[in-house]
Amino acid sequence: MKLSRNAIGWLNTIPLLAVLIPFFVVPILVVLMASFMQTDGFGGMFMDFTLSNYAGIFTSSLTYSLYYETIKFAVLTLIFSSVIGFWVAYFLVFHVRNPLIAMGLFLVCTVPFWTSNIIRMISWIPLLGKEGLINRALLELGLINHPLEFLLYSSFAVVVAYVHQLTIFMIVPIFNSMARIDKRIIEAALDAGASRLDIMRLIILPMSKSGIALGAIFVVSIVMGDFFVVKVMSGGGSASVVGAFYEDVGVLQYPNAAASAVVLTVLVMLMVALILRIVNIRREIAR
Amino acid sequence: MTNAPSVQTVNPARPRKRRSSGDRPWTFYVLASLFALYVLALYGPMISIYILSFQDVRGGLVFPMRGFSFYWFNELVMQTRAGDVAGAFKRSICLAALVTVITVVFSFMAGMAFRRRFRGDTIVFYMMIGSLVAPGLVLGIGIGLGFQMLGIPTNWYTSALGAQLSWTLPFGILVMFAVMSRLNGNWEEAARDLGATPAQTTRLVVLPILAPGLVAVALFGFTLSYDEFARTLQTAGSQNTLPLEIWSMTLNVTSPVLYALGTVSTIVSFVIIGISLGMIVLLQRRIAARKSGNQ
Repeated sequence: MKLSRNAIGWLNTIPLLAVLIPFFVVPILVVLMASFMQTDGFGGMFMDFTLSNYAGIFTSSLTYSLYYETIKFAVLTLIFSSVIGFWVAYFLVFHVRNPLIAMGLFLVCTVPFWTSNIIRMISWIPLLGKEGLINRALLELGLINHPLEFLLYSSFAVVVAYVHQLTIFMIVPIFNSMARIDKRIIEAALDAGASRLDIMRLIILPMSKSGIALGAIFVVSIVMGDFFVVKVMSGGGSASVVGAFYEDVGVLQYPNAAASAVVLTVLVMLMVALILRIVNIRREIAR
Repeated sequence: MTNAPSVQTVNPARPRKRRSSGDRPWTFYVLASLFALYVLALYGPMISIYILSFQDVRGGLVFPMRGFSFYWFNELVMQTRAGDVAGAFKRSICLAALVTVITVVFSFMAGMAFRRRFRGDTIVFYMMIGSLVAPGLVLGIGIGLGFQMLGIPTNWYTSALGAQLSWTLPFGILVMFAVMSRLNGNWEEAARDLGATPAQTTRLVVLPILAPGLVAVALFGFTLSYDEFARTLQTAGSQNTLPLEIWSMTLNVTSPVLYALGTVSTIVSFVIIGISLGMIVLLQRRIAARKSGNQ
């Protein structure tokens, strides 16, 4: 018996669908449904179609400031991690000539990824704290008179922690796409009289686009969906969208939390769709 | 240095002579410093908490180091008895092992499916991307509520397993995409021409070639699960996994016990990396041995 191409494709994706449908599609639908329900205030929900949960969200000025904060962190993290990630990957692929050393240095970058995120975040405390290493060093050098307060438990600390955790999500895909650039193209360009700036602008940047896009998807979706880093590193100074609805869940206000979750999910999906619109990731990865 | 490009334009016939070793462009030094700074920022904080976890009783959360002892590790063990860190540890490892096996098998199959277009593949692809980027806590709440509606209790080996797979599988498949782009279809065709059945082709040709990539997927699966927090929070049920335990500690504990926990969990991570890398080396040796045996 010979199976058709479509049948083989679907047979091989059955296990994937067996996970995605009950644990992604259905939960999203459940949240969507819950967002239109009403609550009795004690964790009970009853089916009575209402838009009041959404009305509450869109009329609250708190919502806008939460989204402003969260998007600000996402954009800042995206900028820093993509710039650092791009140049680190570029250095490893194009400047380190010995492939063995390049691979070793690449592994050096990836090792911390295998350790706990939470622990890595906490590890900034001895450095950034009021009595931390950085403040101590600056005081010793006489550069400052008082310890810098903004280093820890601030927006600054939040961005530092995000960049520390997420730059690796940029380095790996960018490294992967750069490593696949045929070096002969660059030599041909050099022979044809291209300057190094031209090569960067016309060859390397366009060809590592898919890596940058993939990294951006990871960074944006992780930052937008996080509440933990903001909670700990801002010391309660900043809130996040997810943090706010986690608190709703804590007091059993499920419909409110659900409506807020739906809005966030739609926003994240739109941002990712925008990135996918710019770069066809599937084609690029399988290239 | 600055005249390098002009030399190349003037004399395009012999440009490559200039690129002998030792003659590096100025950007090399700039980027090398950037790289060094990055690595320093990457490791510096972590190393400082490993050091600080070995303080004695007087130890605080910041430098200078006060004394040297295993006091906080001992303290960690004591707290472990009060809380359930040991149980959480065990559960996390079991869960991560389950997730790893399922992720490797399912990602491999899906990766094979996506090598060729089939009707509806775009829908599956976007579903997968959606699952990857959906905010973890949202999915967690959805799964938790869904289980509640169905009257099934949430548990780490049911709901949390599914929740984690909704994140590790898309990740694993993306890695498979990258790995499979290097898999030449001609090899399978050759196997078929020699009379291999599809099962034989997969077992004897595709799997050995993809083995290192599959180990990479396994490594991803394990660490993503071992460290997963947002999706597990609402789905783990009454028994915590390790990240949830660490989380509640970060909110309550403000002593170097936290650092001791960091040191221990890092050691576990490193043991796992060591085992995985050892497996990769072993696999490659076996492939190399088979090659030389055939000659």
